[in-house]
Amino acid sequence: MTSITISAVRTRTSILDKSLSKGKGEVSLSCFALLFSELVQYCQNRVYTVPELQNKLAEIGTEVGHKITDLLVVREKAGKREIKLLNILLFIKSTVWKSLFGREADKLEHANDDERTYYIIEKEALVNKFISVPKDKGSLNCASFIAGIVEAILCDCGFQAKVTAHWHKGTTYMVKFDDAVVARDKQLEDR
Amino acid sequence: MSRAGTKLDSKKVFCMKNILRYDENLYIINSELFTLTYGALVAQLLKDYENVEDVNKQLERMGYNMGIRLIEDFLARTGSGRCYDFRDTAEKIQTGFKIFLGITPTITNWSAAGDEFSLCFEANPLTEFVELPDHCLNLKYCNVLIGVLRGACEMVQMEIACWFVQDQLKNDNVTELRIKFIKRLEDAIPAGED
Repeated sequence: MTSITISAVRTRTSILDKSLSKGKGEVSLSCFALLFSELVQYCQNRVYTVPELQNKLAEIGTEVGHKITDLLVVREKAGKREIKLLNILLFIKSTVWKSLFGREADKLEHANDDERTYYIIEKEALVNKFISVPKDKGSLNCASFIAGIVEAILCDCGFQAKVTAHWHKGTTYMVKFDDAVVARDKQLEDR
Repeated sequence: MSRAGTKLDSKKVFCMKNILRYDENLYIINSELFTLTYGALVAQLLKDYENVEDVNKQLERMGYNMGIRLIEDFLARTGSGRCYDFRDTAEKIQTGFKIFLGITPTITNWSAAGDEFSLCFEANPLTEFVELPDHCLNLKYCNVLIGVLRGACEMVQMEIACWFVQDQLKNDNVTELRIKFIKRLEDAIPAGED
C-alpha cells in the first residue's frame, strides 16, 4: 500500500503541544555519575587551570538552571515567581533541591558580617560523591556545576547574584547578591 | 584467566560494591537532572564543534567510555552470566535499559539470520524537553546510547554495530535502534593494557 504524498513537509509536533511531565521519571544514579564524569573530563581537556575548569562547569550548569527555573515555576508554583529575597532562597533550598536531588539542602545561612552574602550548605554534594580530586588540583570543586544552576535560577528570577562553590562544612554555595537586589528587598520590607 | 586485567577488574567491582552499600536509597535519581545535564552537554558540544558530525562522534565516544564502566554495574546488579545466544543478549540489553534509564524498549524486527534486531522506544528520558532546531537535523541526539551499547558489549567480548533507523526527534513515531552482531572477540586484552 503506497500512501499519496500531498505535502513535502510533514507537520512537526511542537514541544509545546505536549503536556508538561510530572517529573516523576527516574534514572539510575550510575548513569548520571558516569555522564557527569564524562562532562568533567571533556571540560578538563579544553582548559588549563582549575578555575577555568570550574568556570566551564558553572557555565554548563547555567544552561541547566535556565531550564529548571521555567520548569519548576510552572509546575510547582503555578506560574508565580518569588519576589522576596528570602523566599527565593527557600525556594532553592527546598523545592529546587528536592526535585533535583530528592531532598532539601542541609542548611541556609546568612553571613554575619555581610548582608549581601548567604550560604547554602550541603554536607555531601551529589556531584562530588564520585569524583576523586587529584592531589595537584586540590581546590577543584565540581559542585561549581550546581553553583551554576543556582546562579541561573536566581538571575532568571530577577535576583542578580554570583554563586560560587567552596569546600566548607562539606560543600557550601556562597551566594553574593548585587547591592541593588538587597536594596530593593529592603524597600519591599518597609512597605 | 591469567591476563593482567583480572586484578584491576576485582578492584573496580569492589568500588562498585562500596557505592551500593553506601547509597542504597539514593541509588535512583530524578530523571530531569540527567535529561537536562545531557542537554547542556549536547548544547556545549554544538557550541564547541563547528560540525554536527563531530558532535555525533564525540557523543558516541563519551557513551563508549560510559558503557565500558556501566557494564560492571550491570553485571554486579543482575548477577547475570554469559549470554547464551544473541536473543539472550537482546533481553539483557532490554533489562539494562530498565535498570539504568527506567524504560523498557520493545525488541522487534529480528533478521532471518538472527544477528540483527531493533529496539523500539516509545519514550526516552534523554529526549524529554528536546526539540531539534532545523539546522541540527543531522544531529544524532541520542548517539551516546550507541556508544554505551558498543562499549558495554565489547567488555563482554562481543563486537556489535548499532545505528538509529527512526528517531522521534525527527518526527518518526518511535525511536528505533538497530543492533547488529559483528563477531565474538576472543580473549581480548582490555584496551590500554599490554
